[in-house]
Amino acid sequence: MVDLMAKSPCDGLLPVEHGGVSLSEIDMTVLTSVSPYKGQDKALSAALKEAHGMAFPGINRATGKEGARAIWFGQGQAMLIGPDPASSLCVHAAVTDQSDAWVLVRLEGGRAEDVLARLVPVDLRQAAFKRGHTARTQLQHMMISVTRTGDSSFLIMAFRSMAKTLVHDLETAMRGVAARHAG
Amino acid sequence: MRINGKGLVDRSTPLTFTFDGHSVDAYAGDTVASALLAAEVKLVARSFKYHRPRGVMGAGSEEAGALITVGNGAGQDPNVRATMQEVYSGLETRSQNRWPSLNFDVLSLNDLASPFLSAGFYYKTFMWPKAFWEKLYEPVIRRAAGIGGLSGEHNPDSYEKAYAFCDFLVIGAGSAGLMAALTAGRAGADVILCDEDSIMGGRLNGETYDVGGATGQDWAASTVAELASMDNVRLMTRTTVTGAYDQGTFGALERVSHHLEDRGGRPVECFWRIAAKRSVLAAGSIERPVAFRNNDRPGIMTASAVRTYLNRYGVAPGKAVTVFANNDDAHRTARDLVEAGVHVAGVIDTRRDAPDGDGYEVYKGAEICNSEGRKALEAVTFRYPDGREDKLQTDCLAMSGGWNPSVHMTCHMNGRPVWNEGIQSFVPVDGTVPGMLTAGACNGVFSTHGALTQGIAAAQEALSDLGVKTAKADVPKAEDAPYRLKPLWAVEGKGRAWLDFQNDVTVKDVKLAAAENFRSVEHMKRYTTQGMAPDQGKNSNVAALAVLADATGRGIPETGTTTFRPPYVPVSIAAMGAGSQGIGFAPQRFTTSHKASVEAGAPMVEVGMWYRPSFFPAPGEKTWRQSCDREVNNVRNAVGVCDVSTLGKIDLQGPDVGEFLDFVYTNMFSTLKVGRTRYGLMLREDGTVMDDGTTARMGENHYVMTTTTAAAGPVMRHLEYVHQCLRPDLDVSMISVTEQWAQFAVAGPKSRELLNGLLAEEINSDSWPFMACGEALIQGVKGRLFRISFSGEHAYEVAVPSRYGDSLFRLLVSRAESMGGGAYGMEALNVLRIEKGHITHSEIHGRTNAFDIGFARMVSAKKDCIGKTMSERPGLVGDTREQLVGLKPIGVVKQLTAGAHLFEKGADPVRVNEQGYTTSVGFSPTLETYLGLGFLRNGRARHGEEIQMVDHLRGITTQCVVCDPVFIDPEGGRVRG
Repeated sequence: MVDLMAKSPCDGLLPVEHGGVSLSEIDMTVLTSVSPYKGQDKALSAALKEAHGMAFPGINRATGKEGARAIWFGQGQAMLIGPDPASSLCVHAAVTDQSDAWVLVRLEGGRAEDVLARLVPVDLRQAAFKRGHTARTQLQHMMISVTRTGDSSFLIMAFRSMAKTLVHDLETAMRGVAARHAG
Repeated sequence: MRINGKGLVDRSTPLTFTFDGHSVDAYAGDTVASALLAAEVKLVARSFKYHRPRGVMGAGSEEAGALITVGNGAGQDPNVRATMQEVYSGLETRSQNRWPSLNFDVLSLNDLASPFLSAGFYYKTFMWPKAFWEKLYEPVIRRAAGIGGLSGEHNPDSYEKAYAFCDFLVIGAGSAGLMAALTAGRAGADVILCDEDSIMGGRLNGETYDVGGATGQDWAASTVAELASMDNVRLMTRTTVTGAYDQGTFGALERVSHHLEDRGGRPVECFWRIAAKRSVLAAGSIERPVAFRNNDRPGIMTASAVRTYLNRYGVAPGKAVTVFANNDDAHRTARDLVEAGVHVAGVIDTRRDAPDGDGYEVYKGAEICNSEGRKALEAVTFRYPDGREDKLQTDCLAMSGGWNPSVHMTCHMNGRPVWNEGIQSFVPVDGTVPGMLTAGACNGVFSTHGALTQGIAAAQEALSDLGVKTAKADVPKAEDAPYRLKPLWAVEGKGRAWLDFQNDVTVKDVKLAAAENFRSVEHMKRYTTQGMAPDQGKNSNVAALAVLADATGRGIPETGTTTFRPPYVPVSIAAMGAGSQGIGFAPQRFTTSHKASVEAGAPMVEVGMWYRPSFFPAPGEKTWRQSCDREVNNVRNAVGVCDVSTLGKIDLQGPDVGEFLDFVYTNMFSTLKVGRTRYGLMLREDGTVMDDGTTARMGENHYVMTTTTAAAGPVMRHLEYVHQCLRPDLDVSMISVTEQWAQFAVAGPKSRELLNGLLAEEINSDSWPFMACGEALIQGVKGRLFRISFSGEHAYEVAVPSRYGDSLFRLLVSRAESMGGGAYGMEALNVLRIEKGHITHSEIHGRTNAFDIGFARMVSAKKDCIGKTMSERPGLVGDTREQLVGLKPIGVVKQLTAGAHLFEKGADPVRVNEQGYTTSVGFSPTLETYLGLGFLRNGRARHGEEIQMVDHLRGITTQCVVCDPVFIDPEGGRVRG
C-alpha cells in the first residue's frame, strides 16, 4: 500500500525573516472546534479543565498555554489547539476536527506589532492586547484569528486555502517595516 | 538668490536635481520650490485653463501655482506641489500642462481668447450636437485644460496602509501642536503628533521671533527632541491628516519615501487610519492672496511664503521685493528682508494708519492695481488714495490679505464654521467633531503666545476627559502682537484679477455667476469651478465668497462657505488601495490539488477566489474542446477524477439539527437515515431558490451539508441568521469544514473498481448503494465516502483531511489513468452535468423558483420552510412562467450559446417576442451534439416544439427543439449501477 503523504498548508513557503521579525508555520497540530450545546457552557468548561487544564475562554480571550490552548473563535465557539480532544467534551459540545482547515503561523520579533499594524485594523498594542488576548478580525482582505502569545509574538490563523496570500501579505508588511528601519 | 547665514538647509550637503531637463543646484533640506527660487527660476508652471505663466506662490501644501510631475515612466507622479517635494540627488521633475515647452506654450493662445472663456463657457457653447460632446468637445477640452497626468501604465511602486491607535492625536506641530503634545506627553498619555512638513515647528521655522528665550526654530527643535525621547509619544513627520471620520478615526497620508534617492524597499506612501480617544486640531492658518489685475505673475507670492523662503531656506525670492498688505503681520516680511540685506522696494499698505517702515518706505492707503512682466514679474502699478498711479520696479511681490484659519477638519462631519468679524475670517465651532478640540491659528488665535496657551489648555482638557492628570505647565515667553487688519478682497479695476489660481477663476467670473443667478455659494462654486482644483480652494474660498457676498448684496456670514470634505490634501488612490493592486485585489484560494493540476498543464480559472483547473490537456490536443471531449468520454466510459473541495461543507451537530434542516430546506431531512445522503433545495425568504446541494447524515445528531462553491459563504451566513434570529430555540451548532476536507469526485463505470483498490474495506452495491455515506479508511487515512453523482454516472466523492489532498489526488489520477480514465476539469464537469440536466447557479441565478426549475414537488407539503409561503404568491407558478427546458439544435446551424434569447419559430427576434433565454450550453461528445439548458415560457408543456435561439450579440441564430432537460439516462440506471 502506498502511504498518503501529509503536506502542511505553508509547504515550501516558510519560514521567512525580515528586519528581525520572523514568520514560521506551526505545523500539523491538532485543532478542534468546540461549541457548547444549550445550557452546557459551565459543564463544558469544567470538562475542558478536567481533561486539558484550561477553562472555556471568554470573549476575545485565550486560555491554557503553549501546547494546549483554547482560544475564543466566535460566538459560542472555541478552538482547542494541541491536545487530542477528550471524548468527555462530546457530551457537552459539538466537537469538530479542524486540524486541516486552518493555517497557523507565528509572527515573532521586536517589530511584530508594527507588521500587524499594516494589515490588522484592531489595536494590538501591548497595553490593549495583552498575552492571552485574541480577536477574530481581518488581515488585509482575509478573515483571521490573532492571539498574543508573548511580548513580541502572535499566533495568526487563516483559512488553509489562503496560506499563500497570508504569507504574501505578511511578508510584504514585514519588508516594508524592515525597510523603514534599515540604515 | 541664497542669503548666507540664513536657513535650516544643510549647506555642507550640496546636490543637484533636474527641472525640465536642466540641472538645478540645491542643498539637503531644500524643496524643489526653494531650490528653484534660489536658482532664480521664476516660471514653473502653466495654469489650468488659460495656460498663464505661473511661479511658486506659497511654501506649504496649499501651493496654488507650482504643480510639477516627479519621476519618469510608469511610476511618474503628477501634480506634486513643488513646495512639498524635498530635493535629493538625481531627482527628476517636470513642468506640466504645456506644449511644446514651458517657455513656449502653444495653448497660451487660450489666454488671448479669455473674453470667450469666462465662467459657464463650456456649458453655454458645447450644447449641441449632442454626439459631439463625447467625441470631440470633451477630448479637446481635456487636452487643453488640465494638470499633470498619470503614465497610463501599471504602477510599479509599492504603497502601504496602516492602522494606529492613541489616547491623544495632535494634528499639526506648530507652536500650538508642539505645546499640546508636550503637555500630554509629559503627563504620560499615548500621543501621536502628525505634521505634514519634513521638520516640525510649523510657522516657527519660517519666522525670526523668539520663543522661551531661544529662536523659534531652536525652541521647536528642542521641543521635538524632548518629545522624541518619550516612549509614549509617536512623531509622524511628512504626515498630513486628511479627514475626520466617525468615532475618533482619522485618515492620514504619510509621504514615506518621496524624498529619498534610494527608497530601499520602503513604500512611497502610507495611508494611515488613526483611532484616537481625543484629538486636537492645530492645523494653523493659510495666508490669503489679494485679487488685483494680473496678480498671478511668477514672482507674486504670499508674504509669509517669502519669509519662509528667507528664514527657513536662506533664499531671497527676489532682488527688489515689494510688500502688499492690509495688516501688520505682513510688515514682518519687509523687516526680515531688510535685516537680511535684501532690498525692499516698498510696502504698499491699504491702511492709512499703517505702521511706519524701518529701512523701507511704506505707501499708506495705497493699493496695487496691476502688474507687468510676462514670464516673471517686472513691475507693479499702485494707486495712491487720491487716485494717482505710480510704478515700482520689482521682481517679487509679497502679498497678504490676512489669514484664514484651517478649519477644514472641524467641518468633515457636517460642521459649519462661523464668521469672526475681528479676523475677517471663519473660525471653527466647538464640538463639531466629537472628541476634537482646536488650538492656535486654526482657531483664529494668531499670536505665538496665544497658540502656546491654547495648546496647553487643549491637552489639559482632553486628558482630563480621559482621567489623566497633567502637571501645571508654564507658557514659554513669546510674541503676543495684536492682529490688526482692514478687510481687502479685491482691488477695484479693469482686467482679470485672480481668485482661484489653480482653476483660473477670476473676480469677474464670480460676479458673472452672481449676475446669471448662480447666487448660492455652492452654485457659484460649480458654475465657476472655484475651489475645485487640487488645493480645493484653500487659497481662494474666503475671498471668492466675499466677492460673491458683495455681488449679491449679502453679508459674508449669510453667504456662508461651501462644504469642506476630506481629504484635506490630494491622496493618491494607490495609497488608499495599497495592497489591493493587481492580484492583491482579493485573496487567492488554492485547492490541495493545485500544484498537481498546474504540473499537468491545466489552465486554472478563477471561481470566486478559488482557482480550479479548466481542463487537462493530453499530448497532441490542440484545443480545449478536444481535452474536454476526452475527459467527458473518460467519465462516461471509464473513470474520471475531479477536485470538488471548493464546494462548501458545513458541519451541523446537536439534537435539533433535523428540525433545523427541515426548516431551511424545502424537503425533509429529519427522516433521513444515518449513513444516507439526500439532495436538498434551499429557498430565500422571498421564495426564490437560494442554493442546492447534498446533505449527509453522519450520525444521529450529526449532519454534513454541502453547498455550491459560490454560495458557501452566503449559505453559512443564512444558516447563522436563521439560527440566531428565527429559531434560537433549536439546539444546533454549526461550523464550516470546507477547508478541513480535500474532496474528490471519482466518477464513471469503473469508479468503484478504482476505489476498492484504495479502501481498507471493499465496497459493493449492497454495502454502499446510491446515496450512501460514511467513514472509510483510504490508504490507512480516516476519511469519508459519499456515493453521490453530479455527472449522472456511478460515482463517489471521497474526502480526506486536507494535508493528504495532494497525495490522494495524484494517486487517484494515476489509478484512473491506468484504467483508461484520468483527471477532468471544469469544462468536462459542466458538460457532464448539462447532459444529465443538473442545475447550477447558471439556472438558480436568483430569479428562479422551485416551480421554474421543475422542482415544485421538492417543496414538502407536510411542513413549513423558509420561503415556502412567499413562493406561493400569485404569478410565481403557472404557464406564464419561464420554465427550465432542454434544447437541441436541429437546423443547419449547430451551435448553441449561453445568454441567447428564445423566440417562436419564424417570429421576429425582437424584445416583445422574447419567450425565454439560454443559461448553460455545451457540446456533448456522448450525444455528439450541442446541448442547452434554458428557460422558456410555459416550457414544460412545449417539449417537441421547434423554436429559434437568437444570440444578438454574437450574431447567431439556431433552430432548436425543446425537450426535457435530462438528456441522458433519465431513468437513473447509470448512477445506481
